[in-house]
Amino acid sequence: MMRIILPLAGLVLLALLPLWLSDYGLGLMVGAATYVTLASAWALFSGHTHYVSLATVAFYGIGAYTVAVLNEVLPYPLVLMVAGAMGAGLALIVGLSTLRLKGVYFVIFSFGLAELIRQLITWYEVNVTGTLGRYIFLEITTAGIYWQMLGLGALTLALTAWIHRNRLGLALRVIGDDEAVAAHSGIHLARVKLIAFVLSAVILTLAGAITSPRYVYVEPSIVFNPTVSFLTVIMALLGGANRLCGPMLGAVPLFLLFEWLSAHFPDSYPIFLGLMFIAVVFVLPNGVIAGVETLRHKLREARS
Amino acid sequence: MIVTTLILGLVLGGTYALLALGLTLQYGIARIMNLAYGELTLIAAFGLVALFQQAGISPLLSLLVLPVLGYGLGWILYQGMMRPLVARSDGTGRLEVDSILATFGLLFLIQGLLLLAFGANFTSISYLDRGVSILGVSVALNRLIAFGICVLSGGALVWALNRTTWGLRMRAVALTPGSAPLVGIDVNRIARQGFAIGTALACVAGASISMYQTFSATGGVIFTMKALVIVIMGGVGNVPGALIAGLALGLLETFVATAIDPGLTLAATFTIFLAVLLWRPQGLFGARS
Repeated sequence: MMRIILPLAGLVLLALLPLWLSDYGLGLMVGAATYVTLASAWALFSGHTHYVSLATVAFYGIGAYTVAVLNEVLPYPLVLMVAGAMGAGLALIVGLSTLRLKGVYFVIFSFGLAELIRQLITWYEVNVTGTLGRYIFLEITTAGIYWQMLGLGALTLALTAWIHRNRLGLALRVIGDDEAVAAHSGIHLARVKLIAFVLSAVILTLAGAITSPRYVYVEPSIVFNPTVSFLTVIMALLGGANRLCGPMLGAVPLFLLFEWLSAHFPDSYPIFLGLMFIAVVFVLPNGVIAGVETLRHKLREARS
Repeated sequence: MIVTTLILGLVLGGTYALLALGLTLQYGIARIMNLAYGELTLIAAFGLVALFQQAGISPLLSLLVLPVLGYGLGWILYQGMMRPLVARSDGTGRLEVDSILATFGLLFLIQGLLLLAFGANFTSISYLDRGVSILGVSVALNRLIAFGICVLSGGALVWALNRTTWGLRMRAVALTPGSAPLVGIDVNRIARQGFAIGTALACVAGASISMYQTFSATGGVIFTMKALVIVIMGGVGNVPGALIAGLALGLLETFVATAIDPGLTLAATFTIFLAVLLWRPQGLFGARS
């Protein structure tokens, strides 16, 4: 019972925050909620399967761009649905062509996907519609965006928790451990991977769509900023991508840290990001949560 | 028109083939999927420009020196960074994920250092920028030199891999790293050599490219991307395959840029990549496993 009440109470508390926070504080909260959602959605697919996706911003950007194109044509809920469908469509194309193969092909493809889509949209806008750059005028307050993102984040965590407990989660774990074993125990590899990838992609796309009104002015080079993909990966890995709360634990401190770094040390930002990646791979290969558990285990053994 | 596209495409393809040679060695022999490959080429490119502009050292001399330094850098990187990961993975699939993430970190580290040292601006020098007429098409001399370097180093590599005992060892490790120790091969040493030679080739490619192309500290990702597509097209670890695939990609890009739209070259690269993945994931010249 407590397992359900505690998270719900936390969610209510978080939802009440806009009553007290300043505009700047609320902006930070939106950012943190966005990265918690992105990192959790990323981990939903990549956490167990170890298929490292570097294409987060491809989906995020598509979500934002869909809103930019359709915000004056369709009612807002319908725009969100179209965005989700676009994300699912792209994930199906990418997944069907690469997830049947070894993981490395998927990584390589996802590595260039955001750049490809950015160039395609730029080309289309310049040559066909003749408008590079669009405006989003929606009557949505920052608090409104925050509540939507909070809802999406909570939904992602709930979905992850549910998947961890059912057959899909088990299948994903077996695939991550050993694909040959998974295939021999009757798991339909490509289908399981595809389902998880599409689910994760839809959430990533929705996250992009929901935050897009904060940009006001949208251009391919703004919404397809590759740093978003890299931050998402490092956040999920730092916390522990195969744990329910791992991505969240990694996302909040790293978001605040990078926010501070980009304000004070914009030049050495990539160096820090790089060192962070290397440190996580060498020191905390399974994330902070697993690291703490191993440490505790060792201490207990040392004592007895 | 067609002759122009063909010649310019082949010359561009030579650059791409050269770019992919090192990566196919690093992934094929050392089994390290190196996402920082483009940044390694950029180090050489910036190195050549800095030596030329500040010390007045001829780029042709740099072309000989930089790969040697690159070999050393690759050696250190493998020993310091990749070897612990290889030891930790113990032959499981873990190495692939670890090496991808570690080299991904390396990508940002090098990029950040290059940004600090050289800034974010586009850099270029024009060295030996004279037109040379080939079959009535004017090609810049520096591009021809790069093409020559590609043919030479590619040819030398193919010969060494297929005709020497050293090459035989390399191929043995590439084929079955688990069984190579049974015939007395030091897998660690060969993998380290493969990685270091790959880095040296990355420096050759970077140094040749810097003689005629503008580049910036953040542009390494595109080099890596193109090299990866060529490596997959040619078949992982397949040197002649990478050479042919590189030339093919150069031809395709030049054709798309002249006949359709220069903004669609990356899209064309990806279309080809997708087609290869769908029909021949083992590479155009690889054997079915």
